[in-house]
Amino acid sequence: MSNLHSLSHYWPELILTATILIGIIADLFYKPKDSGKTMYWIFGGLALTAFAVKLLSDSPAAILFMGTLAHDPFAWFFKMLIVLGTVIVLLMSGKSSELKNQSVGEYYVLIGIMVFGMFLMVSSIDMIMVYLAIEIVSLMSFILAGYLKNDKSSNEASLKYVIYGGFSSGIMLYGFSILFGLTGTTKLYEIGPALATLDGTANFAIMISAIFILAGFGYKISAVPFHFWTPDVYEGSPTPVTAYLSVAPKAAGFALLIRFFSAVFGTGENVAAGIIPVSSALPWPQILAILAVMTMTLGNLVAIQQESVKRMLAYSSIAHAGYMLMGLPMLSADGISAVMVYLVMYLFMNLGAFFIVMVVQAKMGGDSFSDFSGLGWEMPLLGVAMTLFMFSLTGIPPTAGFIGKYYLFAAVIQAGPSFYWLAFAGAVNSVISLYYYIRVIRQMYLEGERSETIQVPAFMTSLIILVLAIPTLVFGVYWAPIADWVSSSMVFAIPSM
Amino acid sequence: MHSLESYLYVSAILFALGLYAVVTRRNGIAVLMGVELILNSANLNFLAFARFGGVNLAGHIFALFVIIMAAAEAAVALAIVINIYKNYQSINVDEISALRQ
Repeated sequence: MSNLHSLSHYWPELILTATILIGIIADLFYKPKDSGKTMYWIFGGLALTAFAVKLLSDSPAAILFMGTLAHDPFAWFFKMLIVLGTVIVLLMSGKSSELKNQSVGEYYVLIGIMVFGMFLMVSSIDMIMVYLAIEIVSLMSFILAGYLKNDKSSNEASLKYVIYGGFSSGIMLYGFSILFGLTGTTKLYEIGPALATLDGTANFAIMISAIFILAGFGYKISAVPFHFWTPDVYEGSPTPVTAYLSVAPKAAGFALLIRFFSAVFGTGENVAAGIIPVSSALPWPQILAILAVMTMTLGNLVAIQQESVKRMLAYSSIAHAGYMLMGLPMLSADGISAVMVYLVMYLFMNLGAFFIVMVVQAKMGGDSFSDFSGLGWEMPLLGVAMTLFMFSLTGIPPTAGFIGKYYLFAAVIQAGPSFYWLAFAGAVNSVISLYYYIRVIRQMYLEGERSETIQVPAFMTSLIILVLAIPTLVFGVYWAPIADWVSSSMVFAIPSM
Repeated sequence: MHSLESYLYVSAILFALGLYAVVTRRNGIAVLMGVELILNSANLNFLAFARFGGVNLAGHIFALFVIIMAAAEAAVALAIVINIYKNYQSINVDEISALRQ
């Protein structure tokens, strides 16, 4: 589609752009102590954006801007998911004690820009756009991680993030340049066929470029061995930012990974029909499966040793990236939709867990396990909700996490006996994870003094907890809407050649 | 000097030097310089491939975008390093480790 025609399908991004600009200007008119009001502008803009995405989802899938962006149900799914996660994080940020004494106008604007970057990430089908989108999201996350300018751990988080982030996107870019050299095009769907025409002598170059590119994407979803930044950045960043980084960019990273590898290293068009044929010489299923097992095992084993709940959740989010990677080695539509279902479930339970950590931090001034002592008796709502989130993260029925894991394991087992070991590794890891998730619950109910008085959290805090806890419970029992949504989203726009 | 290979060799050397700098340097600025070297090695690849690979302009465009993004990234990274220096009086990446007690 030509540039001018594309604009009529580009409303969500246009609205977002306007929102960001309005946010920047509105912030100028607020006194520093009122700068939190910028949130309402971004909030309203995001609501309009979601509405625009919804309206456009009646239109047929298309390719926009001369083959750089895909406008398809797969992208709409992730756009909705990202807006949902962002809205919840905006509400959380409003309650954050860390951000209270800061001028937060820019904070909300930066989150708005990040949403824009993620919108591009989930729909880009051109290497230039992929790089730009990843960099937009990365640059914003560097600043958000270091938003507490006078806090040393926030400083450290942003420095580590910027170094690892720049490094891995540089490596990825080098991989892109080799891929461009081999095929002479930057369009993902032209690269696949062009690679297929190369003879065996190019295999080494293809392998190098694929591994370099995997490093860039692996960094975004924090897969082992590209995860080094995750624990420090997650621990040092303000907690709402940590919650955001663990959910939204990870979802966008998975979308990009699925689209990129199915277009470039598969033939692309059969994704919706079932199996993605692999055209290159690389053993993709094995590479992705080993990556998944390494990621979840390392995440779980190191999470056990943590004394800070926030850092434990950082390692747990690495482990969950590993579970989600389990859906990709089969290169099947079932696997991809399992990852999408899991991302929806993961959004609620993980944001919930981080929000409880945030509330405890504000109350106790820390986030170590001992700060959670007796919390279940003192603040019953927090205790019950945290128990629910921990059960859900482990994957115990009847919670959303169980359904997510069920879809993943079902997809792995359906792929045949050659993947049984992967399902086994996933099951063992789920059992390991039970140890440190249960430890939080034990700390809340069995340790510390049993308080006589009950504290009721503020209205907004209770509301956010309920917004996150109810879906975590309900989707564990009634998940048909999610499954339907995902299965109707498994449509990819493929440019005609 | 007018063959594709010679450009690719230079870019591979740049890439290796950048990698070496990122891994061995302890000064925050020097690490960032290593990152810039990696970006520029990729840029050189894009331009060489575009120049020798035919009339395709995509490589040139890609390189332009990379230059812009590298500038933006340098601005953000240097701002972060300056802030680090204010709080730590050091930009040695080994000394900046309040986390992971």
